[in-house]
Amino acid sequence: MKVVNQYVPSVDGKGIMLGRPAYTDDLAAPDALIVKVLRSPHAFAKIVAIDTQAAEALEGVELVLTHKNVPRKAFTRAGQGYPEPSPHDKFVLDTYVRYVGDEVAAVAAIDEKTAQKALGLIVVQYEVLEPVLDFESAIDHASIIHPEEGIREMFPTGFEPKRNIAAAYDMHVGNVEASLASCDVVVRETFHTQAQAHAMMEPHTVNARMDYQDRLLMYSSTQTPFHVRRILSQALDVPISRIRVIKPRVGGGFGGKQALHGEMLVALTTLRTRKPAKMVFTRQEVFESSYSRHPMRIDIALGAMKDGTLKAIDCRILSDTGAYGEHALTVFMVAGSKVLPLYNKVDAVRFGGQVVYTNKTPAGAYRGYGAIQGNFALESAVDMLCERLEIDPIVFRRKNMIAEGESSPIFEIMGEGTEGTAMSMETCKLDTCVSRGLTLIDWHKKYPRQTLPDGRIKSVGMAIAMQGSGIPYIDMGAATIKLNDDGFYNLMVGATDIGQGSDTILTQIAAEVLMTTVDRVIVYSSDSDLTPFDAGAYASSTTYVSGNAVLAAAEKMKGMLLDEAARALGCDRELVRFDGATFTADSGENISLSKLSNRLYYNEDQQQLTATASYVGTKSPPPFMAGLIEIDLDPETGEIDIVDYVSVVDCGTAINPKLAIGQIEGGIVQGLGMAHFEAVKYTAQGRLISNDFLSYKIPTQRSVKNLQTEIVHSYEPSGPFGAKSVGEIGIDTPPAALANAVYNATGVRITSLPITAEKIMAGIAAKKGEQSL
Amino acid sequence: MKIKFMLNDRSQTWHTEPGESLLDLLRRHHVVSVKKGCDGSTCGVCTVLMNQKPVLACTVLAVRCAGEHIHTVEGLADEVEKISEAFGIEGADQCGFCNPGIALALYALKAEHPEADAAEIKQYLEGHLCRCSGYQSQVKAALRYLGEAS
Ligand code: FES
Ligand code: FES
Repeated sequence: MKVVNQYVPSVDGKGIMLGRPAYTDDLAAPDALIVKVLRSPHAFAKIVAIDTQAAEALEGVELVLTHKNVPRKAFTRAGQGYPEPSPHDKFVLDTYVRYVGDEVAAVAAIDEKTAQKALGLIVVQYEVLEPVLDFESAIDHASIIHPEEGIREMFPTGFEPKRNIAAAYDMHVGNVEASLASCDVVVRETFHTQAQAHAMMEPHTVNARMDYQDRLLMYSSTQTPFHVRRILSQALDVPISRIRVIKPRVGGGFGGKQALHGEMLVALTTLRTRKPAKMVFTRQEVFESSYSRHPMRIDIALGAMKDGTLKAIDCRILSDTGAYGEHALTVFMVAGSKVLPLYNKVDAVRFGGQVVYTNKTPAGAYRGYGAIQGNFALESAVDMLCERLEIDPIVFRRKNMIAEGESSPIFEIMGEGTEGTAMSMETCKLDTCVSRGLTLIDWHKKYPRQTLPDGRIKSVGMAIAMQGSGIPYIDMGAATIKLNDDGFYNLMVGATDIGQGSDTILTQIAAEVLMTTVDRVIVYSSDSDLTPFDAGAYASSTTYVSGNAVLAAAEKMKGMLLDEAARALGCDRELVRFDGATFTADSGENISLSKLSNRLYYNEDQQQLTATASYVGTKSPPPFMAGLIEIDLDPETGEIDIVDYVSVVDCGTAINPKLAIGQIEGGIVQGLGMAHFEAVKYTAQGRLISNDFLSYKIPTQRSVKNLQTEIVHSYEPSGPFGAKSVGEIGIDTPPAALANAVYNATGVRITSLPITAEKIMAGIAAKKGEQSL
Repeated sequence: MKIKFMLNDRSQTWHTEPGESLLDLLRRHHVVSVKKGCDGSTCGVCTVLMNQKPVLACTVLAVRCAGEHIHTVEGLADEVEKISEAFGIEGADQCGFCNPGIALALYALKAEHPEADAAEIKQYLEGHLCRCSGYQSQVKAALRYLGEAS
């Protein structure tokens, strides 16, 4: 391969570093009205009265929106397959506010200052209601968060709003109770995970204008432009043909932009005023009023025989979706479906539970999408089980984990809120990942712990993980390749580059097939008017799903070129050879691609060559990885130094190894943030305190000393050039790996994230207390 | 009020309001390389050079810039291209929202301390948050850029 799996710098890195206009706000109309939102100070309240007269009278105010003058049609902001597995439980503006930061009203004014001033002039009378802040007591709580009429589920998802249940799910294979009862050793533990913030550097940004055909033109920093267009059309009753959504460069998403945030209010402003309008979330709004990760309580039981055979897994989860049920069911299911098959040889497995509403910042999609939560519980519990069995955790994993050629019944049972798709692992190099990881971190020398001369303890810990590659039979990606005069190409994709490098790798795939270089393929993503459909950048789908679409489109284009070359050379197509630049007939006669293109557009047999292809997966081959951490822990303070993190990943053949490593390492560090210090704090009244970068620390340059990242040799036959996806898997292992390393260092088992120095010290103190009894 | 200052080696006289930040002033004049990532001084994406030293444009009042020299990546294209090449080679480009700010910091670091090692680079860039990368590729790119420069 000349282009794929080679060193190719990103196609857009230079222009972006040079500061060329690229992001949503760079493209806003200079005279755009500024849209600002009045947000609820209460965790739960009913708006009894709202007076906007003074705000409307303020000079420079163009529009004030409240629940009284916006369409009332329930929708979900979640950008996912349609009909969505998320309940339609959100209104543009409502009479209820359901978390501190929820939308009460919006103002559009000529500038920021005026908009801000107008917000202060809106008088709202609230009936403050008792909020539900503890998700573990949400079910059948006296307060019902969604008592309103008109909300619904699109298909059965266990939606019971009157009980504060957004979704519920249960499955089992075999008889878990009987199997656990027959085991020599059973461990049971409860784990808690927190509402990690996405904290992408570009805040949620949107702007709109009416174009010269009097259509609504929106720029949105979204991961899912086609879902945005559909949801806007449905909720605002605007014909979908009258809306155009452009996704320019996006400054990071991680799932947080797999939804509509400011789009509804900005669209309405422009539709009503006919003027351009824009909204850029403040950092506080990004924390408070966009999305977070679903916090979960995970009760897990593992049962095994003395010889180290894992027999049964029982996993019950309670998940907190916050004020709205976006991605509620699907994130919940992924905590099982992309975690439990890791140990596929069990006799029995059971998974189930509920997703509940609370009066907190809504949870949504977030890289890992449930898998990181489930992985923390499962991979911590595996180490606990090994200790009871007195078996080395590496030996245990090797004996019980999934391997190439194998399957798990879970794949067929659990899908995207519905049934899944049976598949067996055509590629699974987990065993290689583990052995290589042990070597890289020098495990046998360091496991389980060593005391350093300065009194600190060096220890190691590890976890294995899997994810997926798109959502089979649901999420489709498409690509169009257009030949231009002089023989260069345009590649139009609906796939959304949000910083993961998809524009580059999709270009590489097209260039490889067309035997050319990336500079001859000009990529454009994504524009609902111009690019073909793509579900969007989520569920680790772009490399595998959109990549397969590009591959097919490029092959089609190659076929068309050969037909035209044969016609120009006057011979049979089978007799034409093409090397990417020149077509040669068996007679030796030849024509260059450039000449052929010019002939097609200017001289003879004139026609435009365009090839479009689509792809929808028939399976979702999981990438796999082993993650191993080395820490130095100070037993006097509980402070942890992350010395090294080793990731060895099977993502099939990487289309662009450097960018794939970037995805993995970015995931690792984000996962370490969640594992170690990204702490979410609320007041007793339900106001988010950790709402800026001072109170919510994300990893910096100095958080991790060293990363070692390798991609193992692997070829997934169903993927483009052997590739699987790699966008999410990096985030999954750090919580369990760190928890296991902390245990190996101190004997303290931390079961709730983040694993802070305080929790470690409390654990050490408790242990000492036990010993002195 | 009007302020006169040097932007990328050209004299500019722009209108500003009391209280306006340099960041808002620049973006209002479509100098879009300078990004807004937070509500003040916590992320680094608004970095510009003021008299060759990195400053956070969100915390500098526009009026303070009267008579000063401000540089953004738009005005340092040759050097920024070298940085971007190093980023390309190391696969350090991701969403890019943090990149112009980091490029300016590295440009300043080269002037201040071209022999900086990995640990010093990490320290120098600590205020530049990046949620996409694992940071390591940025350090490798920085070492490459500084190495080539000397
Ligand atoms: S915008 Fe975040 S530091 Fe200036
Ligand atoms: S590349 Fe996205 S924030 Fe740094």
